[in-house]
Amino acid sequence: MFAYVAKRIVAMPFLLLGVITVAFLLTHFTAADPLTSIIGERQMNNPDVVEAARQRWGLDRSLPEQYLVYLGNLVTGDFGTSFRTRQPVAQDLIVRLPATLELVISAMILGTVFGITLGVFAARSRGGVIDNLARLFALVGASAPVFWSGLLVLFVFSVQLGWLPGPGRIDARAVAPPFVTGFFTIDSLLAGDWAGFRSALLHLLLPASVLGWTVTGIVSRMVRASMLDVLSQEYILAARAKGASPVRVLLHHALRNAMLPTLTIIGFSFAYLITGAVLTETIFAWPGIGSYAVSAARGLDHPAIVGVTIVGGAAFLVSNLLTDIAYAVVDPRVKLGAKVGA
Amino acid sequence: MSLLANQSASSRFVWPEWATLPLVGGGLVIFAWVIVGLTVTSWAPFDPVKLAGMRFQAPSMEHWLGTDSLGRDVLSRTLYGVRHSFPIAVFVIGCAVVIGCTLGAIAGYVGGWLDGVIMRFVDITLSFPPILLAMAVTASLGPGLGNAAIAMVIVWWPIYARLMRAQVLSVRQREHVEAAVASGATRSRVLIKHILPLCWSPIIVNATMDFGQVVLLAASLSFIGLGAVPPTPEWGQMISEGAVQFYRWWIALGPGVAILSIVLASNFLGDGLRDYLDPRAA
Repeated sequence: MFAYVAKRIVAMPFLLLGVITVAFLLTHFTAADPLTSIIGERQMNNPDVVEAARQRWGLDRSLPEQYLVYLGNLVTGDFGTSFRTRQPVAQDLIVRLPATLELVISAMILGTVFGITLGVFAARSRGGVIDNLARLFALVGASAPVFWSGLLVLFVFSVQLGWLPGPGRIDARAVAPPFVTGFFTIDSLLAGDWAGFRSALLHLLLPASVLGWTVTGIVSRMVRASMLDVLSQEYILAARAKGASPVRVLLHHALRNAMLPTLTIIGFSFAYLITGAVLTETIFAWPGIGSYAVSAARGLDHPAIVGVTIVGGAAFLVSNLLTDIAYAVVDPRVKLGAKVGA
Repeated sequence: MSLLANQSASSRFVWPEWATLPLVGGGLVIFAWVIVGLTVTSWAPFDPVKLAGMRFQAPSMEHWLGTDSLGRDVLSRTLYGVRHSFPIAVFVIGCAVVIGCTLGAIAGYVGGWLDGVIMRFVDITLSFPPILLAMAVTASLGPGLGNAAIAMVIVWWPIYARLMRAQVLSVRQREHVEAAVASGATRSRVLIKHILPLCWSPIIVNATMDFGQVVLLAASLSFIGLGAVPPTPEWGQMISEGAVQFYRWWIALGPGVAILSIVLASNFLGDGLRDYLDPRAA
């Protein structure tokens, strides 16, 4: 197991280099001339402007040269300058990262808590009405396009019922809380701004639920399967025979042991969350990295696209690595219950 | 299908082993969409790209799913949408399976440096979040449904390469392969006649399940504005029109339900197929 983990860790830098290279090449073997998106179509007939722009953005150099320059810059944390915002891509990403993290982490918590609950109830009433309803609910969540379910919940809870606010991170009239963590919910609390906290939390609720719903299915399916597995074992029978209450058997004896396979699946669900975040942020006008990626792709903003792709790839690589390590290192028979709190 | 219909009258009818509820239900939904796609041009209530009435009409007897911002009939557009989604999904899955399985079989059977090279490509491609890779490729090729399809092939082939390689590696250990090698069969004959025929069931199951996922990703790319362009009646494109007017719920309802039905159906169909083809894996 240890050799396997070591091998995976050693492979990481190479995979990351591969990701960077592919992302770089993809956007440089391009059908559309990036100059068009820099200086606008009208100026393309003006040779002086074209030449100046080519020099300014380093497009007059050969591809390998551009690649080496790009790699060299990356080492210093420089992702180049966005064609669109005219700001360093790294800065754009850092400004937007907290919004995405706040959304993804909340979605992960909601999705996991809900998925575990559903999974436990489903396993308890195996084959019954609750089991089937829970599975249907989870399946619909994993199958419905988030950019559509997002619209539906906006319509129902914001337009029809008026319970929750519409798109955005905070009330349009409110001022964003002073920057500490970049999480509006936490920052407004730190600033003692209760109205701001309430607004930020309410704005977060819909997008996080929609995004969390997509992983509810993955988690609940896993919990259900491993609960059924555990519930059929003899020590459960022994616990029941000794007179432990059904709830205690379910939560204390069964769930704790069913949780470990579930922990690993949570890392896996990260893939869904990234995909979902791109689309959810677009629907909910959420100023995060996902919506940045979308406008970069629409605007053929190559430095921004490469930057987002590399950052997304790196995040994906790390989460996959952690998932695999968790899977390999944690021995369910020895360390059960050690980290159940998640 | 006629078998089912004829025998259901007899009280002794026994469902064939393969006819489980998920498999039949999922299959019927996909089949129904195929029929709609093939015939809708002759019976759709309205032209999908022409003005059919007042704009923004809520659902009524005349327009069952209402009309959109240009007064086009949402139901007709939804039904026509399958004519864009299905060919793309078939193309993407087809290409991904052919490319992925060929490379995966070579990697698994030949091994050595070729295996290393192919699998490193697989690893790198699978290191990207699918939607970001698809967005980057589409953005560099230029927006459009065709380019989105190419992007999705690039996203999907490594999954089949990995799957096929694992299958080949496990099947080549079996005794009948050893027997074939011992009796002097050539390497290519062993691969094609003795190994590949035993490798297909997980590929088929995966391809079935991925069909819905491709429909979903294609719609996502169109929703973002990298796939189909207006006035194409494509589901993602229609939902993005509905997103601007989200208080007019009916504009996005049809395409949303359509995508949902196909993703669900292909999941059920894949689940059913797996139970039938490989009962141990269930």
